[in-house]
Amino acid sequence: MSLKTSYLGLELEHPLVASASPLSYSLEGIRQLEDGGASAVVMHSLFEEQIEQEGKVLDHFLHYGTFSHFEALDYFPEPEQFNLGSEDYVELVRSAKAAVDIPVIPSLNGITDHGWLRYAKYLEDAGADALELNLYHLVTDPELSATEIEERYLHILGSVRESIKIPVAVKVGPYFSSFAHMAKLFAKQGANGLVLFNRFYQPDFDLETLDVKANLVLSNSHDLRLPLTWIAILYGRVPVDFALTSGVHSHFDVLKGLMAGASVTMMASEPLRNGVARFREIQDALIQWMDDHDYDSVTQMKGSMSQLNVANPEAFERANYMKVLQSWRQDPTGVLSR
Amino acid sequence: MSQFVTQDGNEVVARVAHKLNEVIAIYPITPSSPMGEFADMWTARGEKNLWGTVPLIQEMQAEGGAAGAVHGALQTGALTTTFTASQGLLLMLPNMYKIAGELTSTVFHIAARSIAAQGLSIFGDHSDVMATRSTGFAMLFANSVQEAHDFALIAQAATLEARVPFLHIMDGFRTSHEVSKIEILPDEVLRALIDDEAVRAHRARGLSPDHPVMRGTAQNPDVYFQARETVNPYYVAVPGLVQEAFDKFAAHTGRQYQLFDYVGAPDAERVIVMMGSGAEAAEETVNHLLNQGEKVGLVKVRLYRPFSVAHFFKALPASVKTVAVLDRTKEPGSAGEPLYQDVITALSEGIATEDAHFDTMPKVVGGRYGLSSKEFTPAMVMGLFDELKNPHPKNHFTLGIQDDVLNTSLEYDASINIEPAEVKRAVFWGLGSDGTVGANKNSIKIIGEETDFYAQGYFVYDSKKSGARTISHLRFGPKPIQSTYLIGKANFVAVHQFGFLERYDVLESAGQGATFLLNSPYGPDEVWDKLPRVIQKGILDKGLELYTINAYEVAREIGLGNRFNTIMQTCFFALSGVLPKEEAIEKIKSYIKKTYGKRGEAVVRMNFAAVDSALEHLYRVEHPAELTSSIEQPPVVPAAAPDFVQTVTASMIAGHGDALSVSQLPVDGTYPTGTTQWEKRNIAQEVPLWDPEVCIQCGKCVLVCPHSVIRAKVAPEEAYADAPEGFQTAKAMWKGLEEQQYTLQVAVEDCTGCSLCVEVCPAKNKSQVGRKAINMVEQLPLREEGRKHWDFFLDIPDFPRHDGLAFNNVKNAQLLLPLFEFSGACAGCGETPYLKLLSQLFGDRAIIANATGCSSIYGGNLPTTPWAKNAQGRGPAWSNSLFEDNAEFGLGMRLTLDKQQVYARELVESMRKELGSLADDILNAVQDNEGEIDAQRQRVDSLKALLQDSKEARAKDLLSLADILVKKSVWIVGGDGWAYDIGYGGLDHVLASGRNVNVLVLDTEVYSNTGGQSSKATALGAVAKFAAGGKATPKKDLGLMATQYGYIYVAQIAMGANDAQTVKAFLEAESYDGPSLIIAYSHCIAHGIDMAKGLEQQKLASQSGYWPLYRFDPRLKDAGKNPFQLDSRAPKLTFKDYALNETRYRMLFQSNPKEAESLLNHAQELVTERWHRYEELASTKPEEVTS
Repeated sequence: MSLKTSYLGLELEHPLVASASPLSYSLEGIRQLEDGGASAVVMHSLFEEQIEQEGKVLDHFLHYGTFSHFEALDYFPEPEQFNLGSEDYVELVRSAKAAVDIPVIPSLNGITDHGWLRYAKYLEDAGADALELNLYHLVTDPELSATEIEERYLHILGSVRESIKIPVAVKVGPYFSSFAHMAKLFAKQGANGLVLFNRFYQPDFDLETLDVKANLVLSNSHDLRLPLTWIAILYGRVPVDFALTSGVHSHFDVLKGLMAGASVTMMASEPLRNGVARFREIQDALIQWMDDHDYDSVTQMKGSMSQLNVANPEAFERANYMKVLQSWRQDPTGVLSR
Repeated sequence: MSQFVTQDGNEVVARVAHKLNEVIAIYPITPSSPMGEFADMWTARGEKNLWGTVPLIQEMQAEGGAAGAVHGALQTGALTTTFTASQGLLLMLPNMYKIAGELTSTVFHIAARSIAAQGLSIFGDHSDVMATRSTGFAMLFANSVQEAHDFALIAQAATLEARVPFLHIMDGFRTSHEVSKIEILPDEVLRALIDDEAVRAHRARGLSPDHPVMRGTAQNPDVYFQARETVNPYYVAVPGLVQEAFDKFAAHTGRQYQLFDYVGAPDAERVIVMMGSGAEAAEETVNHLLNQGEKVGLVKVRLYRPFSVAHFFKALPASVKTVAVLDRTKEPGSAGEPLYQDVITALSEGIATEDAHFDTMPKVVGGRYGLSSKEFTPAMVMGLFDELKNPHPKNHFTLGIQDDVLNTSLEYDASINIEPAEVKRAVFWGLGSDGTVGANKNSIKIIGEETDFYAQGYFVYDSKKSGARTISHLRFGPKPIQSTYLIGKANFVAVHQFGFLERYDVLESAGQGATFLLNSPYGPDEVWDKLPRVIQKGILDKGLELYTINAYEVAREIGLGNRFNTIMQTCFFALSGVLPKEEAIEKIKSYIKKTYGKRGEAVVRMNFAAVDSALEHLYRVEHPAELTSSIEQPPVVPAAAPDFVQTVTASMIAGHGDALSVSQLPVDGTYPTGTTQWEKRNIAQEVPLWDPEVCIQCGKCVLVCPHSVIRAKVAPEEAYADAPEGFQTAKAMWKGLEEQQYTLQVAVEDCTGCSLCVEVCPAKNKSQVGRKAINMVEQLPLREEGRKHWDFFLDIPDFPRHDGLAFNNVKNAQLLLPLFEFSGACAGCGETPYLKLLSQLFGDRAIIANATGCSSIYGGNLPTTPWAKNAQGRGPAWSNSLFEDNAEFGLGMRLTLDKQQVYARELVESMRKELGSLADDILNAVQDNEGEIDAQRQRVDSLKALLQDSKEARAKDLLSLADILVKKSVWIVGGDGWAYDIGYGGLDHVLASGRNVNVLVLDTEVYSNTGGQSSKATALGAVAKFAAGGKATPKKDLGLMATQYGYIYVAQIAMGANDAQTVKAFLEAESYDGPSLIIAYSHCIAHGIDMAKGLEQQKLASQSGYWPLYRFDPRLKDAGKNPFQLDSRAPKLTFKDYALNETRYRMLFQSNPKEAESLLNHAQELVTERWHRYEELASTKPEEVTS
């Protein structure tokens, strides 16, 4: 039986990839992910804000209060060299490449076309096997149109694509008016893969302090539905590799992802919650299931339940929406049992 | 080939010292601190000395300690040095005698500075080095940055040959801080001058058990004298050896120096003798006068000790008739200042010897000049030469001031300016925060290092730490620049802050036809009409070309905020024409990259954008040829200010303090308090505005305001009857005071805009949760109304101190009048809220001994002082003695009070008959609360009334002492540098004395005032100067150490973590009839934090267990309880949660992440360990404590 899969041109031992998370903050963490059984690691994101801001913050505080008073012209000794976090990140990629055998895919996260994009090249030079370009932008400006945002995304992708030779996967959120069209445009602009989906940061309110709180909730298997749906729809229609991320917690989730058309399924919440050994456990369960169900390879099942290949393609479309609602009303217990 | 650098004196001296030594013991003191900082930084970077090894740097606890360490290192054979100034040098004196007595080769590099006398001064003169004359150190004076660099080497070469130790002296600030283009000495020259055999001989003289000797014996009358004379031949040899070093140096560099360098006419009749930076201005003037045919000359003294009479004579022209000796020091009561006396002695001795090439003893006069960096200009030199034309020139004169008491001062024409036309001169007015100085330092480097021009930069800073004004003086020209004085007639004046136009005479230094660049919020078409009339007049009278740019806006658009330095720098280059425009822009960018490159590309990009967009926004202003403005500069201080403030203080505020005469100043350094109230600085862009609807009257904003600009009052409704329009009040939320009205007011003109108040406000607007009971709003629109409201507020009666309310909590304490207000401390200062609280609780009966440091600067630096008085004229009496002796100084105050109180009580006892029942009432009075203290005050008033007319000696004595019968509170205040390091020995002794003193340690964990050097309070892992690689040892637990005595009240507090505990600790400490120690966490600009979040950081420090709050009250032990009360809960955050919000911890992660991780992990272990220890202490049963 073969679990081998190909993602972004990389030959992977199996489709269980570690997605961007704090688990890859350190070399030790990356090693543990490999030891735990991940077939590739997407590193935690290097944020545009980090690249842009860290230097600015440092600059601000090294200037703050200086040259104001005869006795204290400045307050800090300035070392010869600063390794800003962004440089550490590049270094981490370099050392990770030397330390582990699995492919290392750094993740760049940003929304403008400023200087941070040069980091794509730095990461390629550091030995990255591929790059995940994370385009996360919660647009709050009512003056900005969807078209402008979409054009910006494509422009960023184009710039990155031009600057590096390694494969590029684009990770985005699902909130586009026509996601299928957008996916096609990404492919046209040179994306080798689409990573579906980014999770939308939704802050919470603290009613006692009346503060808005950052409150990241780990995913659960219900979150699988959205990427599953879109991969199934796009598979075979848009010529890129798909990675399913969000909601992968068990071998069932992996199987569904593969059948929808994903080349790989990515996990972060599950190993964060239950340890990196979950990669191997899920892999074992996957083998067991495939064995039980007489599958030879994961390629065999890849896209087998995509919209192109299922018996009832309309199950993915609007007509099915009515059924979902009906099934909800019909459920006497109030528990969504579908 | 010569290599030129553009650096300041400190850096170029340290460069040589680091190259030529193996051990460097350091301690920070202005203006020499940067030498130690450079040396420490180079060692941290692994830079090697001439012999290929990295010098070892050791920070000491005091200069006395540094001298001791230097002595020890020298005695064991290491090439050793130190850097110091002023009081620091005085602390080294005992060791200097030893080092010289033992004929030890070393060079101490000195940035010469005034000695604290009637007042402290950080500025330059020779008072400190002149106090070392009898130590036996040779003294070599450098007059310029180039000479300071050269003499650092020559002194080292000479000391190794001579075995006599050297002081290598440059003038503090004028040379130590002047940026100048100099020729840097390559290693080959250093190598050529330093004889390795001499180094090895020095090493061989070191103590070693392998060839043991003893040094440092105690000697008896039989031999001490003779033994003291044994060194004479070595001193005789020194001048020759120094001259040899000079000559050898000249052979390698082409720069020839003499022990006494003469410049001037070979047939000069009038000659000035002097040393130090002033000699540069004097030489410039002599050369100017020579061109006019005058027969004048100057002897520049290089080697002052040993003083070579023969060489001195050789330097003087035979034609000399009159000699004026200038001393940059004062020796009250002497027959003359030191150099004057030496010259007189030399002439009297030498005239009869073969050294003399003239027969008649010239007339010699001496005078003082330049004390505390007082300007010394060619105009003064010319005035002196004019005086020397008199048959009887004034002797013992002063030069540069107006002495209208004994009329010592010489007259001179201050308008004379002899600066050569080829020298371009530019003056820039900026704020510390706008980056003007940084940009100018870059400009000087660009000009100095990228063109053939010589360049000079000198920077004048403010005595305030917030809203600090800077004035940069830049010169550049084709020849080395000798103008060691501020620019008098600039070709270019830039004013980077429009607000200065209303406050300062910014065009005073503009020369005729100069270019005037103004950063203005108004465009080229409207700016003329926005100029004050005096500025318009200056422009028209001097024919200035006015250019304007709205750099505020350009910087904001680019994301640079208030830092528009590169924008203004680009405009300067464009307008000054020093370089072709394109080339200038390219060079500015290259220096931006050099300066900011390591801070990331975003920073570089932003500054590039500033350069690119600057010239598009630069406009030449066309304006009418007549005055059109009716805008007048407001008076410096309000008309209501007292006379002294109107005349003396106001002159200083306006920057005209140089014009004050001797008679106008107090004879003994005594100044009135409460003067900051007259200096309305208007430095905040935004100020807090109160919303009474939301306010819960908790008082937290009043408590934390570092500048006492937020105040609260509760008064009967009728007190508000004449309130101005818009004055807000709310029903008082106090039980029993419901009928009265509460008001919270902001002194908008005094506010620094730090917004700590908004951060701490717990009340949120229920409809707009982003708004609180106090919110920041733009200051300018509020200014007028705010002024009226504040004036009205001040007239509302203060809440009575002795009438019901107990001031033992934050809410009530907010109603107490602060007697510490509007200090010049940094915006958002973490120290001042504690001082203000102290002043509120005890200020009307407090005496404060304040250690030198931030608190003595914002507390006592002229022109104004924040320590204030109440309506009855009472308030803190404040004094600063030194850095190292503050605890002892405060104890002395207590001793006086204790003694006087005993005597006063004895007198009362002895006058029972006359005083009747009042005697017992006074003697038996309890004074534990405000009501009881007030009652005693009234009794004392009665007593004074009774004694008033008595002629009896006892009565007169008692009258003079009566006030002592009201309880007094002694506070010993200082920072951690004092308490943990330099003053620790004294502090320990004072605490151990058992006397009733209260010690407040404002712990910022670094030497904040001198720029953030590490102290023993600095935490493990924090980066500080002298701990560039992160401090490797943990913070000393000063509080815990003090608790070991058992009878000292100790509290560790952090206002931001628990303000109630803070108030409680102050009250308990003060009420304890014994020694008390409060250690107060004080967030600081040197932590690299957003100061508005200072209180939040305090909270995190406590919550992480790093700064546990506790109180140790010995009285509890007597009551059978555990005296140690832990006021913090168990840590719920990690040390990193707190630490990584601060640059001091974060930057190590950015420079050495592995080390940072390791240090912070270790710090966490220590935090945990200490917490457990404290927990254990707090849980100890009383009987175990007693046993």
